[in-house]
Amino acid sequence: MRRGIWPLLIALVAVLFMASLLIGPAGLGLGQSLRALIQGQGEAVVLVMREIRLPRALLGLGVGAALGLSGAAMQGFLRNPLAEPGLIGVSSTAALGAVLSLQTGLAATFALALPLAALAGAALSVLLIMLMAGPRGGALALILAGIAISALAGAATSLVLNLSPNPFAAMEIVFWMMGSLADRSMTHVWLAFPFIAIGSALLLSTGRGLDALTLGEDVAQSMGLNLVRLRWMIVLGTAFVIGASVAVAGAVGFVGLVVPHLLRPVVGARPSRLLPASALGGAAMVLAADIAVRVVAPDQDLKLGVLTALVGAPFFLHLIWRMRRVEA
Amino acid sequence: MPSSNALALALTVLVGALPAWAEAPQRVVSINLCTDQLAMMLAAPGQLISVSHLAFDPLSSSMVEEAAAYLANRGGAEQVFLMHPDLVLAGSYTSRATLDLLRGLGVRVVQVPIVDSIAGVTEGIRLVGAAMGREAVAERLALAFEADVAALSRPERSATAAMYYPNGYTSGAGTLSNEVLERAGFRNIGAEAGLTGGGTLPLERLVMAAPEMIVTSTPYPGASRSEEILQHPALSALTQVAGGARVNDADWVCGTPHVLRAIQQMAQARQELGE
Repeated sequence: MRRGIWPLLIALVAVLFMASLLIGPAGLGLGQSLRALIQGQGEAVVLVMREIRLPRALLGLGVGAALGLSGAAMQGFLRNPLAEPGLIGVSSTAALGAVLSLQTGLAATFALALPLAALAGAALSVLLIMLMAGPRGGALALILAGIAISALAGAATSLVLNLSPNPFAAMEIVFWMMGSLADRSMTHVWLAFPFIAIGSALLLSTGRGLDALTLGEDVAQSMGLNLVRLRWMIVLGTAFVIGASVAVAGAVGFVGLVVPHLLRPVVGARPSRLLPASALGGAAMVLAADIAVRVVAPDQDLKLGVLTALVGAPFFLHLIWRMRRVEA
Repeated sequence: MPSSNALALALTVLVGALPAWAEAPQRVVSINLCTDQLAMMLAAPGQLISVSHLAFDPLSSSMVEEAAAYLANRGGAEQVFLMHPDLVLAGSYTSRATLDLLRGLGVRVVQVPIVDSIAGVTEGIRLVGAAMGREAVAERLALAFEADVAALSRPERSATAAMYYPNGYTSGAGTLSNEVLERAGFRNIGAEAGLTGGGTLPLERLVMAAPEMIVTSTPYPGASRSEEILQHPALSALTQVAGGARVNDADWVCGTPHVLRAIQQMAQARQELGE
């Protein structure tokens, strides 16, 4: 069973990716869509497939992988099941960075300003969280610090958007808090993917260090683990993947929480196996949520975070309930 | 005309609940962009005190220069009441709490419904004219507008057009914009897609409909994700084939005689498209 999980996860992501390409309001035929995508036949259909649906599906894949991977890495490093970029404020500070760079006009000066600003926001909050929660990552300190950072960043984002001279900006508070992949273009893919790739490489390479860390800090250090270096790789890796994801898709919550938990019993508790599995699982979850968004309300731009929260929030409550029983 | 009867009735109900005004109001304050412009066209010298701050924004208002002669207000009950108005002009979607408060303080409030057709423009003019005691001026303005509209020529064949605004917003059937397009010789893709009123048209449906003309709005200052869709590569590819018109919302949003300018601009664009 454990060996068979990899082809299963990869197949699931592949099926959802294809479904994401083939489902949309225009209601195109299957053969027609694929011909347009691959051979470029049929003018309008090619535009729809290559410029509208392909970037959307690619971003679903990339953003989902980023969220799942960073959730697994943070849970592994802090040895805390509640660590997740959305819950502890990393996504909201990334959103604040992105909004600041957009509203100050910095994002218009050079293309990379937007993801870099979001990356800086994310890095700042990961550092702050690690500082507040301490090396052992106490659950209470982690969650309280996360709530405070989340609230502060959310308020600052709302403030900046409300002060914007653009009447549409204030309406976008929901996008930055809930996330959406609607009407993204290949430009966004090119903007986000390099950062997601670098961050993912960093996070995936922490697998063995995190494996050692499961034995406890002292044992891990006696085995030659450089804890400072590991911490920096987690901070930078998370900042890269979350910064880039949030800059183009907004803050999508709960994926990083739910996915590692679902996969842990299947692949085993070893972070080196859980990290890649969570990347695949995250991609599957976000692709599925993005398909659901289009099926449930095709003309409404329902936000991604609405669906992930519907699944994730009850799950979160269940986790807290279980922790309470353990602690009592 | 039944609709003007209905309006007259509505006005009687609105006004009749309050004491009768023997003479025309002397201190009129308008707190809605559309009533701002009608009031500025109809007011006697010194009769209009203040218009909403939106009247000063060139992206929303067709009468920025005229507005300079008036005080700006932000539509809050406190600010409006301190101007000592004897008539407040508001839209049908103006905050109810504000209007109730003003009415409770004894201020006469007239709400002007949203105009969703060219015929509705003259109704709005007459309604505001009657409220301000400027019936004669209103009648002249309404007749002149009707004559101007009647004088517009229509092309033989109508081309397809789509309005495409931030967030993929478009106008369907039963809207003023729809009628502006039709008068200018276009068939509205939004209406043909089954939309009534305003709503969103997913970008891929717009691409598949391949309209001959795409009408977009002028972007506001500052950044917004909503307006990013107007630079989407798929839309750019579409406008390379189709005609594109970037219009100023100001002439489209309100049912005032300025919609003539909107129709003329679109008729011009229709001519450039050829038969």
